Amino acid sequence: MLSTPALVLAMMLFGLGLIGLLSRRNVLYMLLSLEIMLNAAALAFIAGGARWGQVDGEIMFLFILTLAAAEVSVALGIVLQLSYRFRTLDADAFCEMKG
Amino acid sequence: MALWLLILIPILAAPFAWMGEQWSRYAPRWIALGALAVDFLLALLLGGHSDRVQISGHGVWLVESHLSWIPRWGISLHLGLDGLSLVLILLTAFVGVVAIIASWTEIQSRVGLFHCNVLLALGGVIGVFLAIDLFLFFFFWELMLIPMYLLIVIWGHAQRRHASFKFFLFTQAGSLVLLVAIVALALLHQQVTGRPSFDYGDLMGLPLTTDMARWLMLAFLIGFLVKLPAVPVHTWLPDTYTEAPTGATIILAGILAKTGAYGLLRFTIPLFPEVMTEFAPIAMGLGVVGILYGALLACAQTDIKRLVAYSSISHMGFILLGAFAGTELALQGVVMQMVAHGLSTGGLFLLAGALEERYQTREMGQLGGLWGVTPRLATMALFFACASLGLPGLANFIGEFLVLFGAYATQPLMIILASLGMVMAAIYSLGMMQRTFFARQRDALTAPDLSNLAFGTVLFIAALQVWLGLYPKMVLTTTRPVMKQLVQPAVASTNPTHLPSQSLLSSHIVTSQGMTP
Amino acid sequence: MLSLLWLIPALPLAGFLLLALCGGRLTRPQIAWVGCGSVGTAAVTTALVATDFFRVFPERESYQQTLWNWIDTSGMTVGISWYLDALSLLMVAVITGIGFLIHLYSAEYMADDDGYARFFAYMNLFVSAMLTLVLADNLLLLYLGWEGVGLCSYLLIGFWYREPEYGAAAQKAFIVTRIGDTAFAVGLFILFTQFKSLSIQQVQSLATESWPVGSDLAIIVAVLFLIGAVGKSAQLPLQVWLPDAMAGPTPVSALIHAATMVTAGVYLIARMHHLFALAPLVQEVIAVLGLATLLLAATSALVQHDIKRVLAYSTMSQIGYMFLALGVGAWSAALFHFLTHSCFKALLFLAAGSVIHSLHHEQDIFKMGGLRRHLPWTFWTFLIGAAAMSGVPLVTSGFYSKDWILWSVWSSPISHRWIWFGALFGAMLTGLYSFRLIFRVFLGEVRTQPTGESGLAMRVPLVVLAFLALTVGFLEMPHTLGNVTVFSQYLSHALPTTEVLPGIDESSEVREQLAVTVAALLGIGLAALLFLPGSMVASRWTDQSTDHSSMTLVQAGWGFDRLYDRLFVRPWFSLTRHSGDMLDRGYEWLAVCVESCHGWMSHTQTGHVRWYAATIAVGTLMLLGLFAL
Repeated sequence: MLSTPALVLAMMLFGLGLIGLLSRRNVLYMLLSLEIMLNAAALAFIAGGARWGQVDGEIMFLFILTLAAAEVSVALGIVLQLSYRFRTLDADAFCEMKG
Repeated sequence: MALWLLILIPILAAPFAWMGEQWSRYAPRWIALGALAVDFLLALLLGGHSDRVQISGHGVWLVESHLSWIPRWGISLHLGLDGLSLVLILLTAFVGVVAIIASWTEIQSRVGLFHCNVLLALGGVIGVFLAIDLFLFFFFWELMLIPMYLLIVIWGHAQRRHASFKFFLFTQAGSLVLLVAIVALALLHQQVTGRPSFDYGDLMGLPLTTDMARWLMLAFLIGFLVKLPAVPVHTWLPDTYTEAPTGATIILAGILAKTGAYGLLRFTIPLFPEVMTEFAPIAMGLGVVGILYGALLACAQTDIKRLVAYSSISHMGFILLGAFAGTELALQGVVMQMVAHGLSTGGLFLLAGALEERYQTREMGQLGGLWGVTPRLATMALFFACASLGLPGLANFIGEFLVLFGAYATQPLMIILASLGMVMAAIYSLGMMQRTFFARQRDALTAPDLSNLAFGTVLFIAALQVWLGLYPKMVLTTTRPVMKQLVQPAVASTNPTHLPSQSLLSSHIVTSQGMTP
Repeated sequence: MLSLLWLIPALPLAGFLLLALCGGRLTRPQIAWVGCGSVGTAAVTTALVATDFFRVFPERESYQQTLWNWIDTSGMTVGISWYLDALSLLMVAVITGIGFLIHLYSAEYMADDDGYARFFAYMNLFVSAMLTLVLADNLLLLYLGWEGVGLCSYLLIGFWYREPEYGAAAQKAFIVTRIGDTAFAVGLFILFTQFKSLSIQQVQSLATESWPVGSDLAIIVAVLFLIGAVGKSAQLPLQVWLPDAMAGPTPVSALIHAATMVTAGVYLIARMHHLFALAPLVQEVIAVLGLATLLLAATSALVQHDIKRVLAYSTMSQIGYMFLALGVGAWSAALFHFLTHSCFKALLFLAAGSVIHSLHHEQDIFKMGGLRRHLPWTFWTFLIGAAAMSGVPLVTSGFYSKDWILWSVWSSPISHRWIWFGALFGAMLTGLYSFRLIFRVFLGEVRTQPTGESGLAMRVPLVVLAFLALTVGFLEMPHTLGNVTVFSQYLSHALPTTEVLPGIDESSEVREQLAVTVAALLGIGLAALLFLPGSMVASRWTDQSTDHSSMTLVQAGWGFDRLYDRLFVRPWFSLTRHSGDMLDRGYEWLAVCVESCHGWMSHTQTGHVRWYAATIAVGTLMLLGLFAL
């Protein structure tokens, strides 16, 4: 079936994104990884929509797109603040919420 | 609609009180006083008006207001006023005024917010006394809690965080148990009739299995006992009363404790009459333990506010004792005790707050001989100490003695034990007077006496105490139909052949020898 | 005029309110006028009411007046209502009459005190409460007066509030009597539960109808009432508060702790005599308690140093006689002794106050002496009082009342012979300790220089009371001596007549009276022998004699204080000292548990975003794994 390779690709992309998220310490790279993961999920929706011939998958894709855009705009704002305050983009440096 | 006004006047005045701070330091105080005064007069008017409507009350409210809210779940905006709620609303407005006067000089920061919170809390309390839809009741029950929490945590004394936490956790835990029971009742109603209902009238006649009724009653009881408070869930009280600012303490002791008692009378007893009689000895036992335990600990205190707080627990024991005694006389005593305790602790906490404000201490060991320094304060403290030890001629005596007289028929041994509380009350009340106002005066203790405003207020409370102590008819006739109704179903359900004039469970002591003259 | 009855308690109450609310703004003479005036007008009103009472009710039945319904709900109807009969009229007359004299006396005695207005306010409140007690138509109103006098007693004992010991004495008095009051209250609960009424007359008639003599409930209620009476009247075993109560100003001791309040117990038992008649067992207990108290107090009085403590113990002892009389069913005799006792004991206290006043508040009799010359008025009046107390035959009132009691004990069918002997011995002791005071205080050499006789306001009450102490006794004389029965006639409708053992004749009465006379005179003679300065024995019985270790026990009232201290006070204090709120500790422990748990869990909260992401990922994988399985 056509959807299986697409799902495999989505999984690989998601895994790459997750590994990137966990291994990179730079916040900017972490955001990039996050985008990859989001897109992987979106791809899975497309594949699913195609598999069952439903339009819902594409609608979800549009949702995720807007969500990603909104998320990035907020996240970049936070990143700017962080770099302004801490003079670094190292995610491990921001651990003031430690219990 | 007038009932809604009763609730809405304080709640709507609250934001104005907050804003009033910008105009003047005293604006919030006057706005709050004005709102409560209008509320008081309105309640009086309703009570006076409904005299003509006839206080007969067989499940009939003096004034009722019914609006639909969420019909799908059987929730409506249903308010009802009867003698019991009328008396308690009058008490609420009055004690609220006392609380505001008590904070006249004490509260100097964020005056507006303080009075906003006071008004919100009082609005919630009035709502609690009026709501007869259980969902609405719970809404008001929670509404009064949050402003109270803020009052303690913002304006409290040194240990306020600890105290406010304890207060919130205890009362919230109790409320949640109550909520579960309320929802369960509504669902049971759906099972029986096919539609859920939170309405008091609908739920009253709900047939319940004994087991179910037992659990639900327990949940209701816990919810109300925490608020009352009764031993063993009383421990939030001393900390909270001590750490709260004077005004908040007066509201807590004078009114909030009464919502628990009101809940017992309004909901627990009528909703589960059969199980109630089964559980009565345990609840009365808790009451007696509360009387003695509270009095014992009051004797052990060195902090004057803590002493009064523990004495409150002791007095609340009488309420629990009377509420479950199942005789009309005891229930009348409960109402009297509620009013009397509201007045007497209101006065006592006002005076304790005045002491603390003057000497920056609540430790009685550091005071002494104040009779010569602040004679007005000392005289009034003596008066309220007498009220608290149950001196005849004052309102507390009527409350306590009616409870004891009424309950003796059902539980003679418990009443004899409870009477020991009278001796202990003498010990702690006189001990407080001795340590604070008598004995040798310390050098550093010079301070102005009570202000005219505060003195006038306490004098007025004292006059009310005497009036109710010698002529309690006003309260007793207002609430009598309600109490009569409260006893009837219990009698009917436990023993249908029982004569209506004789009270519940009294048969085994009132033998044939006891003929009515 | 009878309708003015309500004014009698209301007038002193009005005086109290006036003094309490604006006492600070009145001058001292004004305060004295208000204070004495309110009681004086009450006395005048009493006289008016009394004349009308005798006119309207020649048989002296009873008059009732209801002001308003106090409690009227749910089957309980209790009114603020007064009940006037011969018994309550007697009490009212004594309270207002002697009360007025004592108020007059206080106007001078307390003249230099800071709390002048406060003193008169409390005194007026006391008189009002006491009148409420005796005039009450129902037991709840009686209880109001009962507690009211207790409160005033507390306030007046601790009147000089700066002394911590006085405060302790005041607290002790209130708490000890409160124990009795609580028992009394439980008695009320039982009566109300049984009869649905609290009216004194109604309850008693219902009780006699429905309870057989000696029934359990009758005994229980009678015992509870007795405990109440014993607490108020300072009888065994609740007698410990009275000697300490002497901390109050002397007029207070005269009014409250001698003439009126402490006899409330006697009044209660006399008022409830129908009830006590149903419990003969309890009556016997009353007689025995009375005898025990009178002997115990008389021996203690014999070795006291403080003049007021001597009088306090003598009060206990004399009330013991009244209880004894009540116990053997000689109701009128008890009340007669109450009447004479309140005259001569008030006199003694006031005279003692005059001594104390002139000696700069010196109360130790071993530092007094030779005051006869300096205080002639005080001496003669004190002598009359002491003579009346010891029962000097024929001329003093105490003789007639005590003789009546002893004769009743002798002739009563429900008494025992040994009780009579005990009481006779008590009469001898009375003479002994009364005249010990006279000889110590007024004769011999001067040890403390007095300032001189007091003014008119203090002397007039002394003289009036001395006159009464001599003459009141002539109201009732035994039929061997004149046979006057005014008093027993007067009370005949309120109290049952005393039963007399059949077969007792006049000759035995004469013998009995001789015995009483001899006992009293023997006591006085013994006192002269032991304590008269210059006598042989007196030189050996010096000041130290009462400080023997064997004496300290007697001096401390037979060690009841220490016993109660060990049994109740100390355990109580250790209980309150070491008991924090145990339940609260339980909750605090719960809080500590939760807190330590949360501390432990918070280690997972590292603050690293990547750690959180990793845990989320692992968690999701685990969940997926679970679903897959």
